[in-house]
Amino acid sequence: MQELIVILVDGLVFSSYLFMVAVGLTVIFGVMKILNVTHGSFYAFGAYMSATLIGAYYETDWPEFGGFLAIFAAALIIGVFFGIVLERGLLRFLYHRDEHIIVLATFAMFLVLEDVLMMIWGTDPYYAYEPMALLGIVDIAELTFDVYSLTLIGLAAIVGLGLWLGLTKTKWGKLLLAVIFDREISQAMGINVTVVFTVTFVIGAIMGALGGAYIAPTISVSPGIGVEVIVLAFAVVVIGGMGSIPGAMIGAVLVGVSRAAAVHKFPEIELFVIYAIMALVLAIRPEGLFAPAQARKI
Amino acid sequence: MNIYKRSGRATLLATGLAAAVSLTAGIANAADEVIMAVPTFLTGAGAPAFGVPARNGAEVIIEAINKGTLPAPYDKSGKGLAGRQIKALIYDESGGGAKQVTEFRNKVQRQNVDLFVGYISSGTCAAITPVAEELKMLTIFPICGTPRIFEEINKNPKYVFRTMGHATADGVAEAHYVKANMPGVKGYTGINQNYAWGQDSWRDFDLAMKQLMPGVPASDKAQWPKIFSGQYGTEISALMLSKEPLVHNSMWGGDLEAFIFQGAARGLFRKKKLLFSVADTSVYRLGKKVPTGVILGARGPYGIFAANVDTPLNNWFRKVYIDRYSVPPVGGSYQAAQGVLAAKYAYDKAAGMNGGKFPSKDQVIAALEGATYQGLAAKVHMNRSNGHQAATIHQIGILEWDKEAGEPIMTKVTTFPADCVMPPPGVNGTEWLKGGMKGAKC
Repeated sequence: MQELIVILVDGLVFSSYLFMVAVGLTVIFGVMKILNVTHGSFYAFGAYMSATLIGAYYETDWPEFGGFLAIFAAALIIGVFFGIVLERGLLRFLYHRDEHIIVLATFAMFLVLEDVLMMIWGTDPYYAYEPMALLGIVDIAELTFDVYSLTLIGLAAIVGLGLWLGLTKTKWGKLLLAVIFDREISQAMGINVTVVFTVTFVIGAIMGALGGAYIAPTISVSPGIGVEVIVLAFAVVVIGGMGSIPGAMIGAVLVGVSRAAAVHKFPEIELFVIYAIMALVLAIRPEGLFAPAQARKI
Repeated sequence: MNIYKRSGRATLLATGLAAAVSLTAGIANAADEVIMAVPTFLTGAGAPAFGVPARNGAEVIIEAINKGTLPAPYDKSGKGLAGRQIKALIYDESGGGAKQVTEFRNKVQRQNVDLFVGYISSGTCAAITPVAEELKMLTIFPICGTPRIFEEINKNPKYVFRTMGHATADGVAEAHYVKANMPGVKGYTGINQNYAWGQDSWRDFDLAMKQLMPGVPASDKAQWPKIFSGQYGTEISALMLSKEPLVHNSMWGGDLEAFIFQGAARGLFRKKKLLFSVADTSVYRLGKKVPTGVILGARGPYGIFAANVDTPLNNWFRKVYIDRYSVPPVGGSYQAAQGVLAAKYAYDKAAGMNGGKFPSKDQVIAALEGATYQGLAAKVHMNRSNGHQAATIHQIGILEWDKEAGEPIMTKVTTFPADCVMPPPGVNGTEWLKGGMKGAKC
């Protein structure tokens, strides 16, 4: 029983991590139909900015819990800056091109940004452990967990719920859904698709940066952290269905809990589990579990 | 047809050709220098832990060799390699084996490199070994750890050397240390990155433990996280739930540091005894956050283990390194420097045997084969794999925090002779371990 509870807790924490790194990717694909490889850069820049701001914050005498604001500030700064710069400076010139060209362009930007990151922060790792230390520990099923990692579950739930409510219950969300459904008709009906694209890309970039910024206190922020994330994010998005937020959530939970069970029961197949689920889903439902229905144009 | 346009193109072509020729001439090996390629991780996850410290260590030694300012025992050997200045081409090892093989060929065939001293990843070394032999290029691996280089990939090397012990030595030394210091240990498990290095490390430690402590069971649930995954919460839970009190860990770099942060927050280091194979790469960076009381290795007598080696060469190296980079040298710094010193030793010795004239490549190789030369932390014996594989002493100890000095220190250090932890010449490491480590001189 203890092991089952621990598997569930570990699985949910890892699922939340997966959802946080995948949701921005799926939002951007859902609206813009862009497979954005620079998502890994948003994550890495978010983590570096978060570590920098947290470090600077705890140099001051300000209240300890204020350090958490640094995490969200980092995500906003990186997301808004790179979102606008990349969408307006690069992607808008490529919308009329083939999707493969756009993927290659975002991949090229990912490589460029990896070097930019090292030009700014160098190769030495950065640490920002204070927020994690601040929240302390808690015992669940007689096993110690750090509270900070558990808060990731709450953050993922808030982000998922917020995005879902924003899309389905607000005017702006309905405009987005219209663009997702049919870009050309939406434009013909007077929706400013250009603005929708920019805002969507910025939101996706903020989500990617928030993933990195929130994870930063639990890791050594060092070169290369964006590479692994993009692979995992793609796996989750493909399982859930490209462009589906509920799909990303279900995909993340499926992968996270299965992986946790594998780690506890059969650790040799931990890696295999993630990609086995992806292969199985693709074999049965090639468009993913929750891909939005595609209208057929005649 | 626009004749002016054609003329313009011809001029452009001629100019380009001339520039290319002059560039090639610039790259071509000048008579008074030795071009040494130094591949190391300058980007990516391998850079902070190994790549950059290795580059720094190599730079310090190369600069001193060129100026002729190396302390004893190299203080009377003159400037450069056999009198010629080293022109170092330091470049990035990132990108994987295929890319590095292409780069290796490029450096050999277009840039007239004389020798390579570098490569950190075992995967890269494995890919480069056959190409180095094919191109007859003197190549010194100072760091990569897989025993497979000379046990499987090339059993009869001529151009490839490795100037430190391989991973088998780590596992054997660790098992000896556990036997001596934890005789009543009830079992062991592990968490190692799921790639060649992690798998080799666990296999060798496990095999050595089975020989030295046959009654102590190994867990069948050792953990294999993906390399660079960064998230170890689930693995830490599994380790804390396991009944084995000892945990073997060969992680390095950002993965190791993330594991330490996440494990420390959950009390893992109070509940289990951790044995870290290569954590010396991180101890100075982590400062007070290092988990004290853990068993620690540095793949030999390097890094933090060499902090108190009181020789003119080591004292000079540490001072110059710390003055320049503001951090003490770690294992990678020592190992890369040791590789460059092998070149210094071999070129100078070969020149001496050549009547003082600059030696040929074959003469340099002959000088290094089977040689014993002075490294920064210990003597290096090139006495395995036909004189191409080094063996050195090995050290394991307990990591503690020195409050007065404000830095990490090693305590309860045990030094193992090379012939205790390395398989004898001509013997495969895995077979040696399975056969009970016959011929070991401990």
